[in-house]
Amino acid sequence: MASTLRCLRWHGAVRALRAPIPFQRRTFISSTRLGSDALQVHRDSPENNPSVPFKFSAQNEKVIEEILARYPSQYKKAAVMPLLDLGQRQHGFTSISVMNEVARMLEMPPMRVYEVATFYTMYNRSPVGKYHVQCCTTTPCQLRDSDGIMKAIEDHLGIHHGQTTDDGLFTFTEVECLGACANAPMVQINDDYYEDLTPETTKSLLTALKNAATKTGAEMPKPGPLSGRDTCENAKGLTNLTGEPWGNETLRTDGAL
Amino acid sequence: MIVRAAPATQALSAVSHRVLPSATAASRLPATPSSTRQQTRSLATVQDAPKKTHGSLKDQDRIFQNLYGHHGADLKSAMKYGDWYKTKEIILKGHDWIIGEIKASGLRGRGGAGFPSGMKWSFMNFKDWDKDTKPRYLVVNADEGEPGTCKDREIMRKDPHKLIEGCLVAGRAMNCSAAYIYIRGEFYHEATVLQRAIQEAYQAGLIGKNACGSGYDFDVYIHRGMGAYVCGEETSLIESLEGKPGKPRLKPPFPAAVGLFGCPSTVANVETIAVAPTIARRGADWFNSFGRERNSGTKLFCISGHVNNPCTVEEEMSIPLRELIDKHCGGVIGGWDNLKAVIPGGSSTPILPKNVCDDVLMDFDALKDAQSGLGTAAVIVMDKSTDVVRAITRLSKFYHHESCGQCTPCREGSKWTHQIMERFEQGKAREREIDMLQELTKQVEGHSICALGEAFAWPLQGLIRHFRPEMEARVRDYAQKRGGEALAGGWEHDSFKKGYLVSPGQ
Repeated sequence: MASTLRCLRWHGAVRALRAPIPFQRRTFISSTRLGSDALQVHRDSPENNPSVPFKFSAQNEKVIEEILARYPSQYKKAAVMPLLDLGQRQHGFTSISVMNEVARMLEMPPMRVYEVATFYTMYNRSPVGKYHVQCCTTTPCQLRDSDGIMKAIEDHLGIHHGQTTDDGLFTFTEVECLGACANAPMVQINDDYYEDLTPETTKSLLTALKNAATKTGAEMPKPGPLSGRDTCENAKGLTNLTGEPWGNETLRTDGAL
Repeated sequence: MIVRAAPATQALSAVSHRVLPSATAASRLPATPSSTRQQTRSLATVQDAPKKTHGSLKDQDRIFQNLYGHHGADLKSAMKYGDWYKTKEIILKGHDWIIGEIKASGLRGRGGAGFPSGMKWSFMNFKDWDKDTKPRYLVVNADEGEPGTCKDREIMRKDPHKLIEGCLVAGRAMNCSAAYIYIRGEFYHEATVLQRAIQEAYQAGLIGKNACGSGYDFDVYIHRGMGAYVCGEETSLIESLEGKPGKPRLKPPFPAAVGLFGCPSTVANVETIAVAPTIARRGADWFNSFGRERNSGTKLFCISGHVNNPCTVEEEMSIPLRELIDKHCGGVIGGWDNLKAVIPGGSSTPILPKNVCDDVLMDFDALKDAQSGLGTAAVIVMDKSTDVVRAITRLSKFYHHESCGQCTPCREGSKWTHQIMERFEQGKAREREIDMLQELTKQVEGHSICALGEAFAWPLQGLIRHFRPEMEARVRDYAQKRGGEALAGGWEHDSFKKGYLVSPGQ
């Protein structure tokens, strides 16, 4: 130990003698602003503070009754996730007043609701655009060039992930695996999956969505693979399930049924 | 063992008739001329079993006939193609018969761990279970989040009635009162299709009070998750279903004793549940005739990545990997020789290099012998153009994002490994850090409540095992370009000269 110290002191002396040390710089590491899926704290803002009123609509009240019937009556709080989702659909995002209202309805401490709302990534705790574009970039999509899709979206919308366009139409986020890997690369826009993308089809998809929002009579693009295949089959023709399907005739032969 | 005394029950007269064993054997042989004697088998040899190849499953043996949307997801077409046929008879056979069939079929859980399903289900019928007044639940795990996996989605949106009927049959085997299907939140349309199918089944009297007219009451409910990979773990899924953040529970008590809402429950994968009625209808022997011993049945394989035509396909277990890719996906892009590596069972199984992929079989035991695993049978193919370090770095990022933060080794370890891997991607690391990374993953493995600790450690270990030279080459490349190897932590080799404070000894 002593020798180590001596050694260090010697090093220090050498360092002091060494001519001229410019000046010791420390780099500042500033943390980047985090998007709605990462920010874990609530900050009051004009559109999101506890005094903004929120009530479930009469139609949703009926849905809530149905939801509550699914769970045992003493475990009302099990309904917190579907109720928050319903509130998000009605209000546009999961604001603090949605959480408070859900806590009141389920007779839960508000903190337990906040815990849930911050744990799951699909609760948007800040407002999102009309179309929430979520691009999957996990390995299976990455192998099929999700980088190109990310770039196409960024170029077309002029925003980076975590941002919303000025007209409030598009919010763009990068997300983890969405479970459509045989149809990679893909994006989820609100509830719809658009699969088998190329940068060109991505751009035309975004244009079509913009038209659907701004022009009357323009239709929403149909979800699913944009490459022309139906679902998850081999794109060059079926390799199986080509024969006549079987029905009830294939019952076991040992007579147990 | 040497037996000292002659058996007491044996009469003395019998002893005198004893002859040497070899003589007995010889006397049993028929008296044959010496010319044919060479053809008779000697007693010591065992004839080799005929070599069986796997993988050419016929259409009439495929369980999920609607995998490509051949017919609608409604009840009428489902019944036309074999669903809900003689379900009442199956239910009336009772739980012992159903569990016996599942055990005999050799079905192993399709969610990744491969635990024998029949045995798992039998844990619910413990001693004096019928004296317990508590409700009992079957929880179906449809929180399909493993990168590469897209099979349960196809079942739910195209064959929802197979799943609902499976809930009823499996629920009867475990004497459950209700089933909850936990679907990941992103699968909104799948949940809609499934909900519609459930309503159809209720209206037809197939589930609900007096399900199928069998006198057995059974409900099926849907619960949508909200985007958390960790909720695919069974206890975490139960937590989430109870309206809490999905953080795994310590086991024991196992869910079969204390599970959902404090009641006995069992969590099972969608595919496991969905194949159960067909097994009961077509017989355990039929299902067991596919695949190697202990790896029986058919399986949905999802092939993604660098293949010409990615697809999801139902095939026989133990199909050779190469045959699976060549037959159903049009081969690897650029031919088989262009293959670099394959992740055989979803992101959390270790990667395999080409020389292993050449002849590996796709089943639980063969892949375990190859130091990987079948997992969810999600095959991620990478050709020679792949930056394999980057691909695994992306998986590290995934696990960093998805770690629930409950256990320190996993929460911190997933972050560290992600940071280290990000530096390795650019080569901003030292060669000795490969061993540090390996040690770090070994420290996490087995020290977390759920398997997410292993899940993020294994891909990294696989990378180090098979692609260490590539990582080293990257470090050397960086050193050559920058005029010196990076200091630990990713600092440039001349950081000190530039005046940065770098801790000594680096």
